[in-house]
Amino acid sequence: MRIIVEAIVTGLLTGGVYALMASGLTLVFGVMDIINIGQGALIILGAYLSYILEQNLHIDLFLGLLITMPIMFVLGLLIEVLFIRPIKRDRTMLSILVTFGVSLIIEGILNIIFSANYVQLHAWYTTASFPIGGFYLSYIYVFDFLLAVVLLGGLYLLLYRTKFGYGLRASMANRTAAQLIGIDVERISAITFGLGVALAAAGGVAYGATNAFDANSAYDLISRLLAIIIFGGMGSLSGALIASLSMLIIEDVASVVWSPVWASTVFFVLLVIILVLRPQGLFGLAEGRKQ
Amino acid sequence: MRIVKMAGLLLLLVIALSFPLLFPNPAVTGIAVFTLLFAAAATGWNIFSGYTGYIALGHAGYFGLGAYALALMCMGWNIPGGYIPFLLVPLAGLIAALFAIPLGWIALRVRRHTFVVITIAMFFILQLLAYNLTGLTKGSTGLGLPIPTDWSGDFFNTPFYYVALALLIIAIAISWWVRHSKYGLGLLAIRDDEQRARGLGVQTGPFKLVAFVISALIVGMAGAIWAYFVESIYPPVAFDPLFDVAIALMAFLGGLGSISGPILGALILEPTQQYFTLLFSQNSYYLVIYGALFLVVILLMPRGIVPTLQAYWHKYQATRKRDRQRVNGVVVTALPRKNGGNSDDVEKKEGINL
Repeated sequence: MRIIVEAIVTGLLTGGVYALMASGLTLVFGVMDIINIGQGALIILGAYLSYILEQNLHIDLFLGLLITMPIMFVLGLLIEVLFIRPIKRDRTMLSILVTFGVSLIIEGILNIIFSANYVQLHAWYTTASFPIGGFYLSYIYVFDFLLAVVLLGGLYLLLYRTKFGYGLRASMANRTAAQLIGIDVERISAITFGLGVALAAAGGVAYGATNAFDANSAYDLISRLLAIIIFGGMGSLSGALIASLSMLIIEDVASVVWSPVWASTVFFVLLVIILVLRPQGLFGLAEGRKQ
Repeated sequence: MRIVKMAGLLLLLVIALSFPLLFPNPAVTGIAVFTLLFAAAATGWNIFSGYTGYIALGHAGYFGLGAYALALMCMGWNIPGGYIPFLLVPLAGLIAALFAIPLGWIALRVRRHTFVVITIAMFFILQLLAYNLTGLTKGSTGLGLPIPTDWSGDFFNTPFYYVALALLIIAIAISWWVRHSKYGLGLLAIRDDEQRARGLGVQTGPFKLVAFVISALIVGMAGAIWAYFVESIYPPVAFDPLFDVAIALMAFLGGLGSISGPILGALILEPTQQYFTLLFSQNSYYLVIYGALFLVVILLMPRGIVPTLQAYWHKYQATRKRDRQRVNGVVVTALPRKNGGNSDDVEKKEGINL
């Protein structure tokens, strides 16, 4: 029983981190109708940036975010303006391929610079743990979760309490109508993409501090994130939140009850069942004629 | 015109058939085998993704399934190296196609862009299964295939070359038949406007599923031949995400939805990749080049080489015809210039639907 409680707690805490990473992906999809396959590679890039700061300048992982997040934000803006905005026809399909291309370039460069050795982010809290209710919990899980809560809270405030947020939600609801009432949808799209990439930087720190990673970890990450946003319904923030929490909890419980090897398979099987019953995901919008 | 075309095709066939005799160097024929396999796989992928407009990025799963199916059959039935494993290739393809039926059914129930994401997720599930079903696949240790010991030296690649060529010809034949049949017209209608196609009586669901399964069959057979050629397979190589990108890029580069496009793309890209692998030994540089090429192709030439050149050719012929008529003193009537607004409209429409 105790190990199940422990699994649920760690699942909940890591689920928060995945919610953070998936929110960037689903937000971009909601506003721009674009699936950013590069999110996995961008997360790994964020983790490597923090790794550089930590190794060379000895900057704390979470403080380093103040440097890496703006850098990644600008990188996101650049990707949007250079590669995604020029796509004129069939944006959704071609954007998938374009971001896949961006992802390959990032992966290749990271491979060349860092070679294929696994690294992990280190700080005093990545190894220390404290006792709670009969088991030990590592500080890093708690800190990661707090980071996710703070950033997701900030995202909530931005979306629901600012003028930019109104514009963003209007663009999500109906792009053309938003344009008609004078919202600069192009600008909002660029900023949203930048925000998604900045969130990837934060996700990278949280991921890199709990897992050893190399450039190829991007594939593992993006497959999980895609599964999460399909499960929750594409373009739905609350869906992404619930899906990532349930995914990680199910995985952690399955790995202690059954076997760690099969943990992610359990989730994927669940995903397939959900898709058979509800093709649009838990909170997704049903298919409609878009024109 | 027709005779010229037939003669050209015959000439290409003769060149393809005599290639191993002209260049017996095993390094060259090795690259040729990979190129033919990728051309066949890209053609198969194009039958589904090119004609229906549903971009599938999970066909590496069927490639891997074909590879593992052949390896397991050879192991289970103790088949020695030689010509017999080639006879099992269609069976391996059928097994991949069988898997594609339920997976395709689930994936095709959703919207077009969700479909892409689901195919990627399904590919990763298959890769995960290859890692985890250790009783069957031996996990990351991988499986070995029988090695044909009687073939040696320059001859070793030759049987693989002709089998791969046969697969490519079959794939082209299927692609040609689909493109020129009523069924293929239904697929193109789905690409242009699915709702309207359904309204006009196209059975969109079964149509898409059949195309999906056909493409999985061809890709699975390519995977089986590939596995026999490389002699041992591991989950990350048999289920390689780069494969998805590679065949998609080949089709996009050559021309999505055309018959010759994917083949042309494969002829350009696969030898380049093999050459780079020989040059740099690690393929990280190639990843960067691949990604950059992807960006350039999609942003500058989203329709691909073949359709772009075709458009230029038609334009050239039209202007030549007009010039000739002007010289002959014929009054020029009904030229596209007059309908400029109209054709603009058509193009915009295509932009929305495609």
